[in-house]
Amino acid sequence: MDLSLFLHEMWNARGAIWDGFQMTVSISALAIFCGTILGVFVGLALVYAWLPVRLIVRGYVDFIRGTPVFVLVLASYYILSGIGIQLTAFQAGVLAITAFCSTHVGEMIRGALAAIHRGQVEAAMAIGLTFRQTFQYVLMPQALRQILPTWVNAATEMVKASTLLSVIGVAELLLVTQQIISRNFLSLEFYFLAGFIYFVIDFSIERLGRFVEKKVAYS
Amino acid sequence: MADPLLVIENVHKKFGELDVLSGVDLIVDRSDVVSIIGSSGSGKTTLLRCINLLEDFHEGRILIDGEPIGYMLKNGKRQRLPKSLIAQHRALTGMVFQTFNLFPHLTALKNVTLGLLKVRNLKKEEATEIARHWLDLVGVLDRQDHYPGQLSGGQQQRVAIARAIAMNPKLMLFDEVTSALDPELVNEVLNVIKDLVSDGMTMLLVTHEMRFAYDVSTKVIFMNEGRIAEQGPPSELFNNPQSTRLAEFIQNSTF
Repeated sequence: MDLSLFLHEMWNARGAIWDGFQMTVSISALAIFCGTILGVFVGLALVYAWLPVRLIVRGYVDFIRGTPVFVLVLASYYILSGIGIQLTAFQAGVLAITAFCSTHVGEMIRGALAAIHRGQVEAAMAIGLTFRQTFQYVLMPQALRQILPTWVNAATEMVKASTLLSVIGVAELLLVTQQIISRNFLSLEFYFLAGFIYFVIDFSIERLGRFVEKKVAYS
Repeated sequence: MADPLLVIENVHKKFGELDVLSGVDLIVDRSDVVSIIGSSGSGKTTLLRCINLLEDFHEGRILIDGEPIGYMLKNGKRQRLPKSLIAQHRALTGMVFQTFNLFPHLTALKNVTLGLLKVRNLKKEEATEIARHWLDLVGVLDRQDHYPGQLSGGQQQRVAIARAIAMNPKLMLFDEVTSALDPELVNEVLNVIKDLVSDGMTMLLVTHEMRFAYDVSTKVIFMNEGRIAEQGPPSELFNNPQSTRLAEFIQNSTF
């Protein structure tokens, strides 16, 4: 391996790599953010919704979770445009990963709510809190704390899933890397570099998660 | 008779086909301390939970300060009140549970202020002042910034008592509040309840602490098969039981 050549090529490609990095972070952040918010509602619906609504949401979760993310990405790009919903590749990709994320967060929330002792609701009701207040001040804070470690794990999975957007032409880090390699043929070096950048992103998320976990711990 | 604080009239409750309460009548006057005793499955806890509306009841009425709680009659049909009114009725009584049920993500102080802020809509300063007052009275003020997980069982139960009583309920309900405690922690909780008794608080206690029931109660109720089988002043009930069922129960209880 010619180090000076690699460094030279890397310097030439710095702008593209930076753009790809930003694109990967944008896709991931957007999908994790929207997917988490949507997921909280999915989780709520799975536990508390009126039965028909619950069944519909259950179907959504099972369908999305049972489908490979790769297929979701392709479907939201090609199938949606086929039925007249025109999305850019970026929008379609973020939509697919958001849906994927929401089902995982939804299941986490459902599990966390189910694990909270029944006495918590009774104690809240006994001091006169309404159901909405009980949910807001007693159940949700506990559920969010409980899902934090698994949520961090899911978030890193979403970053990895963002690589699948390369197949619909979103210039995220992996696609950019492949384009660079097609120009200079330094495949091993640049794949290694891309791998290292993904590691840094996911490692940062994990560290941040640990930090938050410690901050909100209550015993 | 002077106006009673709590009136229970012919309350029935079923779990499926099983009659848990089959016609309970009870009158509790202001500053009464009523202990409910009886073997497990006799309906003691269920009765307490009906008064706090944590359980539905299927017949009869419960009145607190003359106001029927939980249900209303509409065109002669019995109907459950809307949830917001139920929540208001629940706040008339303070409930303390066997398993404390403190909110683990809130400090002792915030466990007490939550209801003051969100149900009684007090300002933060005022809520904190009231909460600190009650935490002081139950002897855990120095632990106000600790989370429940950092407190002993006895301390947790005392915070739970402060949380319930800070809401200024008309009636306190205690559901076997010392049953989950280590023996050496039982007295610190019973002493707090004794202080409330001497303040004139009206209360209903489901308890297995017979000595305590004997000492503090103005009235003891013996429940059997969903009914109040016997009631009277503790000295009468414990020393001169009328039914063989109660005599057996007392004989098998430890004092």
